[in-house]
Amino acid sequence: MAQIKKAEGFIDWLDQRLAVKAFMRVMMSEYWIPKNINFLWAMGVVLIALFAVLLVTGLLLLMYYKPDVNLAFDSVNYTIMQEVEYGWLWRHMHGVAASATFLIIYIHLFTAIYYGSYKKGREMIWLTGMVLFVAFSAEAFSGYMLPWGQMSYWAAQVITNLFSGIPVIGDEVVIWIRGDYVVADATLTRFFMLHVVLLPLVILAVIAVHFYSLRFPHVNNQDSVELDFEAEAQKYKEGRIKESRVVPFWPVFLSKDFFVVGFFMTFFFFLVCYHFDFAMDPINFEPANSMKTPAHIYPEWYFLWNYEVLRGFFFDIGGIAAMDIGLIAFVFANVVFFLLPFLDRNAMNTAPAHKRPAFFVWFWLLIVDMIVLTVYGKLPPTGVNAWVGFFAAVVFLGLFIALPFITKLESKGERQ
Amino acid sequence: MAEQSRRDFIGLALGGISTVGGVLALGAMKKSWDPLPSVQSAGFVSVDLSGMNEGEMHTVQWRGKPVFILRKSADTPSNDKRDIRIGEKRFVVLIGLCTHLGCIPSYEASSRTFKCACHGGVFDASGIQTFGPPPRPLDIPPFKCNGETIVLGEEGAEFQKMTKKA
Repeated sequence: MAQIKKAEGFIDWLDQRLAVKAFMRVMMSEYWIPKNINFLWAMGVVLIALFAVLLVTGLLLLMYYKPDVNLAFDSVNYTIMQEVEYGWLWRHMHGVAASATFLIIYIHLFTAIYYGSYKKGREMIWLTGMVLFVAFSAEAFSGYMLPWGQMSYWAAQVITNLFSGIPVIGDEVVIWIRGDYVVADATLTRFFMLHVVLLPLVILAVIAVHFYSLRFPHVNNQDSVELDFEAEAQKYKEGRIKESRVVPFWPVFLSKDFFVVGFFMTFFFFLVCYHFDFAMDPINFEPANSMKTPAHIYPEWYFLWNYEVLRGFFFDIGGIAAMDIGLIAFVFANVVFFLLPFLDRNAMNTAPAHKRPAFFVWFWLLIVDMIVLTVYGKLPPTGVNAWVGFFAAVVFLGLFIALPFITKLESKGERQ
Repeated sequence: MAEQSRRDFIGLALGGISTVGGVLALGAMKKSWDPLPSVQSAGFVSVDLSGMNEGEMHTVQWRGKPVFILRKSADTPSNDKRDIRIGEKRFVVLIGLCTHLGCIPSYEASSRTFKCACHGGVFDASGIQTFGPPPRPLDIPPFKCNGETIVLGEEGAEFQKMTKKA
């Protein structure tokens, strides 16, 4: 039991009961961040800001949304969009923030790959980050179903059908997930539950672990120099601020982050106010109809690369059905990013990609290939498009198969 | 020593009962996600085929799925394994969901094929895949013939014969 004395003020009163000063020191004012980082290191805080936007706008939408096949479409397109004051704003912010979250997640993820921040003690940061990517993907997919338009319905139909690729029990699994033979009322209501309760809880928990896993290996820096954080922190605390190579998370690092967040939010609200339609597919303004497939089905832009890997294999190879090859490639594409720290056979070299020639080429090939997959994922899969998609999917798989060999060669070269 | 084994016993008993309870709870949760009885018994659909002309294609809804009923014209290739013969007329009954990812193909009367817009799959008039990613022919729903009427959802002798051959 602590010695409780008459408090000298409110903070002191709290401190005696909750140790708020020690807590602030550990979490904020003595959490040390390297100086040699750039704006790409602010993406985590941008994501937190976007998640806050999603949470608050989501709560407001939740007050009027109705998870029922007969009511859902009108509750979104009539009640929220036309009756609720500022309902249109919450909806457009929610939709645009979902898209923007994926944009920033991709930047965050490729920053980590470029600067080697996924290895040498930082594997758990990478793995929890990938779990977050999957959880956000599930969140985006379940949320996309809720307006119950034609795109909502057919995306749900196609994606749930992917589980039929599971050997033997596949068809039963699909019916179990949907709660019906087709995507129907039971499906909508259970995905609503996932979207508003279970997945957000999972995301919050994994975010906590993601932050925690960052604490011991510390944030990487853009030159990948190993810092003696204790010594550098000591210099800072002694007042040798210029000489020290670290700054405290609060207030120094966060003030820079707030600038980047402010800059980004300007862009975000520009999109919300003038280009919200990119997150509002016109096909989805037609109510869901299980008897009519839209002529052309495609996912939101952030899933296109994945979708193109799935459908890139459009012909049978060696007696294996095209669909099965596509599914295997799709599963591979989703799992392989998790394995990145273990596919990199030069684990001790955390230098940025521009100091690792072979890895540099690999990195930019991956980016270009994923852009090609994204562009062709939106185009109809006919004629030459199908072949471009096929080769881009093969290159994607090939890059990850080649990575262990490239990095192994690199580590051999360094030892000579 | 006796103390220790008593604690071990309490620990094991707690662990055992919790595990059994947990497994039962998971089973209950799994069942809560199953389709409801009202959904499972979603009716049997009767369709009268007597009024259909040669080459005509009808779509009916059965358990939330589109079902294609096509009366083959005389010059459409026959398929003894999949055609339903009622007198001189030949019909094909197919679940209208592409076997690739479940989109609804559309019937193109001029080429007598079902074409799926999603990923370019093509099926012939008997529902056999001829191009693209579909892994198997369009499924045949369970049906029973009553004269010139068929009942979807019931397994008649013709259906059983058909599935045995396939």
